[in-house]
Amino acid sequence: MDFFAPASWAEALETKAARPDAVPISGGTDVMVELNFDLRRPSALMDLGRIRELREWDVVGGTVHLGAAVPYARIISDLADRLPALAMAARTVGSPQIRNRATVGGNLGTASPAGDAHPALLATGAVVQAESFRGVRHIPIDGFFTGVKRSALAQDELIRAVLIPTAAGPQQFSKVGSRGAMVIAVCSFALALDLEAHRVGTGIGSAGPTPLVARAAERFLAGALDWTTLSVPTAAAQRFGELVAEAASPIDDVRGTADYRRHALAVLATRALRWVRTAGNGTHTREPVPA
Amino acid sequence: MTSPARTASGSTAGTIRLTMTVNGDARAADRVPPGISLLTALREHFDLPGSKNACEQGECGSCTVYLDGEPVCSCLVAAGQAQGREVRTVEGLAAQAGVPGAVQRAFIECGAVQCGFCTPGLIVAVDALVRRDVELDDAVVREELAGNLCRCTGYEKIIDAVRVAARYVREAAA
Repeated sequence: MDFFAPASWAEALETKAARPDAVPISGGTDVMVELNFDLRRPSALMDLGRIRELREWDVVGGTVHLGAAVPYARIISDLADRLPALAMAARTVGSPQIRNRATVGGNLGTASPAGDAHPALLATGAVVQAESFRGVRHIPIDGFFTGVKRSALAQDELIRAVLIPTAAGPQQFSKVGSRGAMVIAVCSFALALDLEAHRVGTGIGSAGPTPLVARAAERFLAGALDWTTLSVPTAAAQRFGELVAEAASPIDDVRGTADYRRHALAVLATRALRWVRTAGNGTHTREPVPA
Repeated sequence: MTSPARTASGSTAGTIRLTMTVNGDARAADRVPPGISLLTALREHFDLPGSKNACEQGECGSCTVYLDGEPVCSCLVAAGQAQGREVRTVEGLAAQAGVPGAVQRAFIECGAVQCGFCTPGLIVAVDALVRRDVELDDAVVREELAGNLCRCTGYEKIIDAVRVAARYVREAAA
């Protein structure tokens, strides 16, 4: 196996152009599992851990430019105010050890339908900045996932950053798992409200071949919501949950059944709607969850 | 582009000379395959078998080490990624050779060790936890240690040990 450790982004792009077989590795929380279990024998690895700009974030004209290799622990400590849904999702990623290493760029590179970052990225309309020696591409997140663990990235492309609009209203994320921490999602849901544009964003995780958006639910809620009080009639909240569940396309697998996932998504969606009203900008304690 | 030979100086047949600061000492090992885990490198190339290998997928935490000051699962770091980095293992947490450090002492005193397999990883994770400025109530401790599995103790005595370790570390700092 060849091992490349480019010291700069330009060098990484050059390496990837010459060796498209080189598997990028950053936090290693996905790639190393495959190597340890001999599920994959790449001819080359490319460590992105020495490229400083990938580990930085910046705000440009109201949009957070999140370097692909910023670990989840930093998203929690630095970005909970600007990116509440993503920060909430980050808190549910693995354990502290995993959050010190794992990155949004890696989550996107793996493109698992269960990736914890994906629902928040979908709900907030993030854009993936991919680059190769041929140039830069901006891929809207709702066009990024093309199949189970498949993405729109080309062989010679690397993820440079994810561009995420600063929250323009309350956001929520929640996920169902078999214990209270350190779980892969049975299903998950993110909600983002834009109080200026009166727009609703949704993202569904682990309930389809790719992470999904519930467009019909977004349109319905944008019309049903009282944008001043953020309240909705109970029947409309129920309907929103149903529309989210209908947008999912789950299967039965080891973590749960399709029926359970649909049911749970409707519950998560109506809860998220209640929490945006009761939890302010998502930084406060949520109200207790009723049975 | 970076040539493999340049990043893996002195390499033979796809292996590298791995140089790290390990428990405060500059160390090197030859002929390390860069794609093996840091855990395997520590155990098999640096004679440090304290970190344990159990799940190899980041679930159990028994391989936890400090990498550049942060607790990580060493099974999920490629050896090549650790080139030039600073690693502290459970062996490096002793007060001095043969004398347990604060967290190790707390584990012994609280009976937080049964079969002992998870213990090295927990010692490192708890060391990191008690040095952070967080309120150590039960819920916080359980969540912070969610990535370290113990199949013997039921965790109660481990949580006791966290409290005692926190006191020792506080007293030492005072």
